[in-house]
Amino acid sequence: MDFFTQIINGLGIGSIYALIALGYSMVYGIVQLINFAHGDIIMVGAYVVFVVLVTLNLPLWLAVLGSIIFCGLAGVVIERVAYHRLLVHDAPRISLLITAIGVSIFLQNLFQLLFGSDAKSMPRMFTFSPLQLGALQITSSTLLNIAVSVLMMAGLQLLVNKSKIGKAMRATSEDAGAAKLMGINTNTTIAFTFGIGSALAAVGAVLYCNTYPQIKPIMGGMLGLKAFVAAVLGGIGSIPGAMLGGYILGVAESLTNAYISSNLTDAVVFGILIVVLLVKPTGLLGKNVREKV
Amino acid sequence: MAGMTKKKIISYVTNLAIVLILYFLFYFLIRQGVINSYYSDLINMVCINVILAVSLNMVTGLLGQLVLGHAGFMLVGAYSAALFTLHINLPLVVAFPIGLIIGGLVAALFGMIIGIPALRLRGDYLAIITLGFGEIIRVIANNLTITNGAKGLYGVQSLNSRQNLTPMFTYVFFIAVFVIFINFTFGTSRHGRAVIAIREDEIAAEASGIHTTYYKLLAFVLAAFIAGVAGGLFAHQIGIIDPSKFDFNRSVEILVMVVLGGMGSITGSIIAAVVLTILPEALRDFADYRMLLYSIVLICVMLFRPTGLLGRSEFSLTKFVDKIKSGGAKKKQNVGKEG
Repeated sequence: MDFFTQIINGLGIGSIYALIALGYSMVYGIVQLINFAHGDIIMVGAYVVFVVLVTLNLPLWLAVLGSIIFCGLAGVVIERVAYHRLLVHDAPRISLLITAIGVSIFLQNLFQLLFGSDAKSMPRMFTFSPLQLGALQITSSTLLNIAVSVLMMAGLQLLVNKSKIGKAMRATSEDAGAAKLMGINTNTTIAFTFGIGSALAAVGAVLYCNTYPQIKPIMGGMLGLKAFVAAVLGGIGSIPGAMLGGYILGVAESLTNAYISSNLTDAVVFGILIVVLLVKPTGLLGKNVREKV
Repeated sequence: MAGMTKKKIISYVTNLAIVLILYFLFYFLIRQGVINSYYSDLINMVCINVILAVSLNMVTGLLGQLVLGHAGFMLVGAYSAALFTLHINLPLVVAFPIGLIIGGLVAALFGMIIGIPALRLRGDYLAIITLGFGEIIRVIANNLTITNGAKGLYGVQSLNSRQNLTPMFTYVFFIAVFVIFINFTFGTSRHGRAVIAIREDEIAAEASGIHTTYYKLLAFVLAAFIAGVAGGLFAHQIGIIDPSKFDFNRSVEILVMVVLGGMGSITGSIIAAVVLTILPEALRDFADYRMLLYSIVLICVMLFRPTGLLGRSEFSLTKFVDKIKSGGAKKKQNVGKEG
């Protein structure tokens, strides 16, 4: 029974990774950028929740909505200010990566300046009674995480596959030049992708705060890195892949914590990444692209 | 000296002279106490960062592959060297250079073990897998007993004494010069040209008969070796090492130096390493804002100069002199004799 509890817990944490991984995956799919600042967007989202809920003392739904909107806008602004010029000029990809790292350092230090570097504790957010399945008890936060992440993925899948903007996103990621010639405004599409990815990160941030009620300016670093590992694991650019990667990572982490050692969690996480990359470099659900001369 | 033109010899001699003058200048200033221990430590850190940046430039600049786990090699080198000097019963003067070489060799061995599987991937995937290896090395160092876990190793002795701050400076300075020299000559050697060919087009290089796996591994292992030596120097410079000093952020810091200076430009790496080591120290008065400023500078340079400050160009004294001379000559003749 303990084993199953660990698995369920892992799925709960994995859901958060999955939501963040979706943002990485979408952005990489469309502009081939490892957006290192994505992890810090989670941190931004968490602080917005904190400010609205604790400092301004407003209701919870406003905090969640505010966080999602703020992060979505922040994502668009960051794309416009920091990446747009490089994308338009077709700059080397590594410059884009360094810019993303720059944005990440900027956000961390800005929030350290605004809120101090010490951890802030969050109040309890969503409280309902845990689910009892025989001897198995599922905590409310785990339940919420899984439900929200599945819902979000389904929504995103619909958006990408059925809507007009989703079609534009797929076209841009396939071939930006051809998409432009077909009359698709690729700039808007890219900005929209950043916005959606960041909004999902905000949802992840809310769930994270609900699960671990403590936030600090550097919390985005490792969280982002792991979510990124999840995205690569599942196959970068693929939405179900990001979810799958997130769940696998969460379960692996939870099992390592329970049965091996909590000190080695990170080593196991990155170990899985290495094995997957060596065996199937495009990830579990990624498409194989052969390079032609 | 066969095969060396007179010009080349002159260039070598002048460069050597400049290096020696620089060395004796700093040596004298440190010896006389004009440069106090704070500044001499800073100078040593600058040299160590130059070594690291130049070594990463070999992989990122010449080979054109993104590596995000360079700090892992540095960690391996630092711990190997420090453990050697801590446990061996030799005077430090003898143990230190041996420790450095051991640090380099162990790091090179790790580079080989990691490089053989990892170099099959390229681009972002290589970056991610090196990131993964770097993190694993750090986590393992955090959990072994020989590395003393998260507490790290302390009491690693420096060659410097309270009265004499020059020995460490001598080491870091000449190793930095040597590494720069090796890099310049590697870049123009047969092996280096093969590596550059792989950067330009891997498939074309392979079709031309270049053994791509071998040359990729060569550049990777060489860079790992140098990073290991730099790690050994770092350990003995600061005296206390723990795994958190070699985390992902450290790898990023080194990569930023290389990219900011201009990928493939050794001069660029050197300048960026010097500036980026001194800048945070110089901004100490604005401690709260310095990292904010650092990140803004970084973003702005990348936005307006995406290829880095120097691009791929190098600064060479002889070429600089030639340029001035030919510039003057051209004015006289009006039509230059190029060919």
